[in-house]
Amino acid sequence: MKRLLLIAIIAVLYVLHQDFWFWRTPIPMVFGFLPIGLSYHILYTLAVTGLMWLLVKVAWPAHLEAREDFHDTAE
Amino acid sequence: MIPALFVFCYLAIVIYIGIFAFRRKSGEHPAEDYFLANRSLGSVVFLLSLFGTNMTAFAILGSSGHAFANGIVTYGLMASSSALIVPLSLFFIGTRVWSLGKRFGFMTPVQMFRDRWECGHIGTVISVVQTALLLPYIVIGVMGGGTTLYAISGGRVPFWLGGAVVAMVVMSYVFFGGMRGTAWVNAFQTTLFLVFGMIALLVIGAGMGGFGKAMNELLASPSTASLLTREKISPLFFFSYTFIPLSSINFPHMIIFCLTAERVQHFKKTVILYPICMLAIWLPAVFLGVAANRATNVPSIQAKLEARQTLATQSAQLSPEQKNQLRTKSAGDDVLLRLLEAYAPLWLAGLLGAGIMAAVMASDSQILALSTMFTEDIFAFYEGKERFGEKAQVITGRLFVVGLTLIAYFIALKFPQPIFDLAVSYAFSGYSALMPLMIAALFWKGSTKWGALASTLWAAASVAAVAIFQSIVTAPQVIWSFGGMEALARTPGGTSVFGLLPVVPMTIISAILMIVVSLMTAKPTGATVGRYFSK
Repeated sequence: MKRLLLIAIIAVLYVLHQDFWFWRTPIPMVFGFLPIGLSYHILYTLAVTGLMWLLVKVAWPAHLEAREDFHDTAE
Repeated sequence: MIPALFVFCYLAIVIYIGIFAFRRKSGEHPAEDYFLANRSLGSVVFLLSLFGTNMTAFAILGSSGHAFANGIVTYGLMASSSALIVPLSLFFIGTRVWSLGKRFGFMTPVQMFRDRWECGHIGTVISVVQTALLLPYIVIGVMGGGTTLYAISGGRVPFWLGGAVVAMVVMSYVFFGGMRGTAWVNAFQTTLFLVFGMIALLVIGAGMGGFGKAMNELLASPSTASLLTREKISPLFFFSYTFIPLSSINFPHMIIFCLTAERVQHFKKTVILYPICMLAIWLPAVFLGVAANRATNVPSIQAKLEARQTLATQSAQLSPEQKNQLRTKSAGDDVLLRLLEAYAPLWLAGLLGAGIMAAVMASDSQILALSTMFTEDIFAFYEGKERFGEKAQVITGRLFVVGLTLIAYFIALKFPQPIFDLAVSYAFSGYSALMPLMIAALFWKGSTKWGALASTLWAAASVAAVAIFQSIVTAPQVIWSFGGMEALARTPGGTSVFGLLPVVPMTIISAILMIVVSLMTAKPTGATVGRYFSK
């Protein structure tokens, strides 16, 4: 269930990247100088950061390190 | 000339870092120490360095130039899509490749493919294709060094000398420092971008009388208002651009870099902070590129705007040569340098020039990656390591670094840059089309070496086909229509397939080939599959 939910969130964020709704308009200008299309993608980047934090918190592949058959590279 | 002096100081610092890294060499395996920094990088160096490895001259200069011509769409097209795809690739693929490297001692992706699919010469084919796609980057790096030093010194350092200086510096710290030197230099470079990029934004903004003023003037003028929207790019083209960041993790220097982390935990900071780093680098670059359209008091920028205006209004009366000249004149790859020149004090222009030089010198990790691939995939695989020993392997790797840099330098002197700019754009699509190999190797038990070979040959053939198509067909031209749609067209920016970039069909067909051919051919032995898919 957790895995499906994370896959769904990733898919939704991928779809949200295609924001055709602000395609041809620069207004409103956020803070008076940021066109809405650019502001959207700044927020989008922050949302992606949130997703990455979530993935690291709840789906981190810790098992990849918990192995005994690692090649010896000790200094 | 003062900014050029800052750049020379910067070059001296990076050579020192390389030599310092050389003195820190350690471990019982000289090859692993030289090529992978003994798999011992900590989390902060890993983050800064991996990000720096992925940021080329294009991210800084090219993105400003693209935004200068196309507007704010550049950020969504190249930055926010990468902010999603690249950390996902690191999370799902980078960590797994790191683990396999630790378990089986792999130093290149081809070593993993050879072991995973029980193949030898097919691995050599993959290695050759990867090398061919990466070579133009190294040439572009040398050219970028020559051009940037020429621009920053006001023409006092000629192109041939600037290129030679940059090539020598990169060669020196890669030669001495190997992966450790390259990683430390990249971490230093990324810090420079992050700090001085923001300062540049503020200083130039103040110089232009505030961004609010510049943006509102752009909005008020009918000829520039469209730069604040995305109407210059179609939504389909925008969508297809999300396939380009798939290439990132497949670049040999990126995947080899994933093997350098000491622990898998070190990926955590990188995965979370990568989007923020993208924002911090790309937003100033794109924003300044757009704002440069109002810097009409800067003569060199005004000349670009006039050339663009002539192209737009008198295109029908111009000969193809005149159009090409005007396109070159209106290109905005140097607008950031021109803005710095006009609005930043000399000392800051010097520091920022060093930051830009750092981006141009991103070819270091690519040179090292090719050296690693040559010594591991070719020299060691064909028994050079067994015959001559591991120390000889490292010497071979260092000599390869020298030879490759010299070849790249002489090519950079002989051939025009646009050829290599084009080749680099094909390389992104080629590496995206190699994504099915990586996914199949890591996640699909049923994949086979023949499926991998089919995907690789398709990637190589399709890159060559697009290159040939673009060189023999003049733009704009519709070659084939289907159901009222432009199925295949030559556009001013490249090639379009049903309105999409070629990378979309290239990647999808590569995936189909991997699946179909693998289903039809013999699988690796159960023992091999078991080693990769055991819990």
